[in-house]
Amino acid sequence: MKKFLLPLALFAVLVVFLGVGLKRDPREIPSPLVGKPAPVFSLPTLSGDKPFSPADMKGQVWIFNVWATWCVACLEEHPLLVQFAKSQRIPIVGLSYKELQGSEAANALSSEADKLQLARERSLKFLEKAGDPYKLSVMDLDGSVGINYGVYGVPETYLIDKEGIIRYKRVGPVTPEILIETILPLIQQLDKPA
Amino acid sequence: MIPELGQFALVLSAVIALFLGTVPLAGTLRHNVVWQSLARPAALLQFVLVSFAFACLASSFLSNDFSVKYVAEHSNTLLPKAYQFAAVWGGHEGSLLLWMLMLTGWTAAVAIFSASLPLAMVARVLGVLGLVSVGFLMFILATSNPFDRLFPMPADGRDLNPLLQDPGLVIHPPMLYMGYVGMSVTFAFAIAALLSGRLDAAWARWSRPWTVIAWAFLTLGIGLGSWWAYYELGWGGWWFWDPVENASLMPWLVGTALIHSLMVTEKRGSFKAWTVLLAIAAFSLSLLGTFLVRSGVLTSVHAFASDPSRGIFILIFLAVVVGASLTLFAWRAPAVTLGGTMGLVSRESFLLLNSVLLVVATGAVLLGTLYPLIIDALNMGKLSVGPPYFNLVFAPLMVPLLFVLVPGTVAHWREARMSEVFWRLRFVGGAALLLALVLPFVLGSWSAGTMLGVFLGMWVGLGSLQHVVERLRKPGRIGGSFWGMHLAHFGMAVLVLGITGVKSYEVERDVRMAMGDTVTIAPYTFRLVGMEDVMGPNYKALQARVEVLKNDQVIETLLPQKRRYFSTAMPMTEAAIDTGPLRDLYVSLGDPVAGDTPSWSMRVYYKPFVPWLWAGVLFMVFGGVLAALDRRYRRNTNQQSVRTASEALSGSA
Repeated sequence: MKKFLLPLALFAVLVVFLGVGLKRDPREIPSPLVGKPAPVFSLPTLSGDKPFSPADMKGQVWIFNVWATWCVACLEEHPLLVQFAKSQRIPIVGLSYKELQGSEAANALSSEADKLQLARERSLKFLEKAGDPYKLSVMDLDGSVGINYGVYGVPETYLIDKEGIIRYKRVGPVTPEILIETILPLIQQLDKPA
Repeated sequence: MIPELGQFALVLSAVIALFLGTVPLAGTLRHNVVWQSLARPAALLQFVLVSFAFACLASSFLSNDFSVKYVAEHSNTLLPKAYQFAAVWGGHEGSLLLWMLMLTGWTAAVAIFSASLPLAMVARVLGVLGLVSVGFLMFILATSNPFDRLFPMPADGRDLNPLLQDPGLVIHPPMLYMGYVGMSVTFAFAIAALLSGRLDAAWARWSRPWTVIAWAFLTLGIGLGSWWAYYELGWGGWWFWDPVENASLMPWLVGTALIHSLMVTEKRGSFKAWTVLLAIAAFSLSLLGTFLVRSGVLTSVHAFASDPSRGIFILIFLAVVVGASLTLFAWRAPAVTLGGTMGLVSRESFLLLNSVLLVVATGAVLLGTLYPLIIDALNMGKLSVGPPYFNLVFAPLMVPLLFVLVPGTVAHWREARMSEVFWRLRFVGGAALLLALVLPFVLGSWSAGTMLGVFLGMWVGLGSLQHVVERLRKPGRIGGSFWGMHLAHFGMAVLVLGITGVKSYEVERDVRMAMGDTVTIAPYTFRLVGMEDVMGPNYKALQARVEVLKNDQVIETLLPQKRRYFSTAMPMTEAAIDTGPLRDLYVSLGDPVAGDTPSWSMRVYYKPFVPWLWAGVLFMVFGGVLAALDRRYRRNTNQQSVRTASEALSGSA
C-alpha cells in the first residue's frame, strides 16, 4: 500500500511549491543597485534648460522613470504616472531612453545636434498628447546612462531617497497595485522629516 | 447578440457536462442501464454546444465586432481574413475555448467509436471526460470569458501579435492541444479502469489507439512549434528549453513511455499499475503545462497574459483532478494482480528500461523547469536554469534509451537470450559503428559527440530496417502497428541524425553588410544586392535581396525582411531560408549600422541537416497514425471478452 501512496505524496509537495510560487513574481529581479547611490550623470534636458544631474535632487525623495515614445509598455503606465504627478507628492524625473532607436529618419541625420532636436520634437509631441507627468526629462540618446543604471527593459522606475540612494527598482510598467502597495508606503517612510 | 448566444451555449454546455459527469457514473454504481446509456447523447450534445460557441466567437472575429473585448484585443480590420480566424486562438480566452472544442470533440469521438466497448465502460470513460469538461468550462466562465463586451467600442482592434501572424503558428496550437487533450482520453480510460477495478488486457487494448493518436498529435504540435521558432524568431535555433516547450515535452516523454507500457500490459498483462500511473501522469503533466503557461509563475517567451486568479483556479483544479486520481490509484492499484512472469532479459525488461529512462528524463526536465520556482519559494534567491543544464542531463539519458530501443524490438517476449539478440543485430551494430567512424570525416571534423550521435541514429535506423526486411520474408499479413512502430522508430533515427548533424556542423556568421558585400561559408557565398521597401496588408517591411552563389553561379535569391507592423512599434525579423535535402541556408536581417555607407547587420547561417529534424518528426507522426489505425483495435468485443476471460482465468491460476 505504502509504495502506491508515493506518487500522491510527491504530488502534494509539488502543489505546495506551485502554490507558493503563485504568490511570487518571477519577473521581479533584485537589482544590485538597490541600497546604492544613484549613478551620477549630466545630460541635456528635454526643455533645453541647463543639463540635469541627480545631485540637483539632493534633499528630496524622487522618482526616476525610464521611458521612450517607441515603448509600448510605457503607454500602459503613462496615465498612472500622469495621475500620480497631479497629486504632487514627489517629483518624477524622466529619462528619455534611446529615443531614436531604430528610427530611419534619424539614421539620415549626421550631426548630434540634429538628432537631439529630432528626439526632442518626438518626445514633446508625445507628452503634449498623452500628458506630461515629468518635472523634467533628460535625453539619453546613446543609452550610456541607461547602462550605468542597468536598464534592460523600458519602462523602468527607480525610487531615490533624500541622500541620493536608490531604494526601489521596478522593471516593466508600474501598475496601480505596485504603486499603492509598494511605492506609496516606501515614499511615506522615506519622506518623513528627519 | 451573437456573442451572447455563444456565451449562453457555453453555460448550457457546462450544465450538460455536469450531467455527463454525474448521471452515467452514478448509473454504473447503481447498475442502472438507462442512466449509463445517457452518456453518449450527452457527450454529443456537449460537443454541438461548444462548437456553436466556438462558431460564435469566430463569427465575431470575421465580422470585426470590436465590441467584444477579446476581439478588440486580438484582431484588426487590416488583418488578413485567415489570420482573423486564427486569431480566435491568438489569446488566452480563445485558446481555452479551442481547448474545450477539442476536449468535447475527443469526448464525442469516444462516444461514436466505442461500439465495441461494454456500456458501463463507455459510461465511465465519458463520465470522467465530462468531469474534466466541467472543470475547464468553469475556468472559462469564471475567469476567462471570451465573450465579455467592451464599452465604449473601439474604432479598430489592437491587432494580433505579429509573432503569431504566421501559418506555422496558426496550426501549432490546435495540434498541440489535440495532443494534450487527447491524453485526457487515455486518462479517462485509466480512471474508468480503476473505478471498475478491472485493470486488464482489454483496458490496455481500448486505450492504445487513443493514446497513440494523441501522442501523434502531440508530436506534430511540438514539431510545428519548433519549426515556427526556427524560422520566425530569427535566431536559427529550434529548441530553447523554454518552460513552455518543456511543458509540452514532458507529457510527450511520459506519453512515449505510456504507449510502450500499454503494449506490455495488453500483450503480457504486466506493468498494469505502472501503466495506469503513466496514463495519469501524462494527463497531469498536460494540466501542469497549462498551469505553468497561464499562471505566470515562470518567465517564458510565451507571454500569455497572466492573472493570479487564473493561476489559483488551475492550481485548485490540478490539485483536485490529480489528487483524486492518485488517491484512487493508491486505493485500487494494490489489488491489481501481477501479470505474467518476465525474464531478466526479455522484450518486457527492455521496455521497462525504456519506461524508466523516459520517466527519469521527464523528472529531470520537470526539476529544471520548476527549479527557479522552488528556489524562490524557499527564499533562496532568484535564478534561471538554462540549456546547459538540460543538455547535460537530458542527452546522457537519451543515449541508453536509443541503445535499448533496437534490442527491445527484436527480443522475445517473456525470455530472451542476450547473446542471441545481439548476434541477430551484429550486422546492424557493425554497420552503425563503421558509419559512425567514417561519416564524421566525410562531413568535416570528427568529435566523440558526433560519432555517438551518428552511431545511435544509424543503430536505430538500420535496426528498424533489418527488422522490416526480416518480417517481409516471412508469410502473413503485416499489421498497421508493425509498420507504425518501425516508421516511428525510423523517424527517431532521422531526428537523431539531424540533431547530430546540425549540432556538429552548423556555422553562424554575424556580419555587417553594405551593398555588394559578400560573406562566404564554404561552398556558399552570400552577396547583398539590394534593399527595398515592401508593403504588406498590415505592415511595412524593409527587404534585403541576398544572392547565394555556389561555384560563382547564383543558385538562389533570399529575401529576409524586417517588418514593422502598424499596430505595434516592435520590429519583427522575417528570416529567409533556402532548404535543400541536406542543409538550410538561413539569412536574417538586423538593424542598420551607422557609418559612411549604408550598411546593415546580418546573420547568415549554414544549418546542415535541419530538414531532417522535420522529416523525423513527420515519420513519427505518420507512424503513430498507422499504428492507431491497425485493424486489430476494431475487432469485435465478443472475441475480446472471451480472450480477456481466459486470460483472467489463467492469470488467477
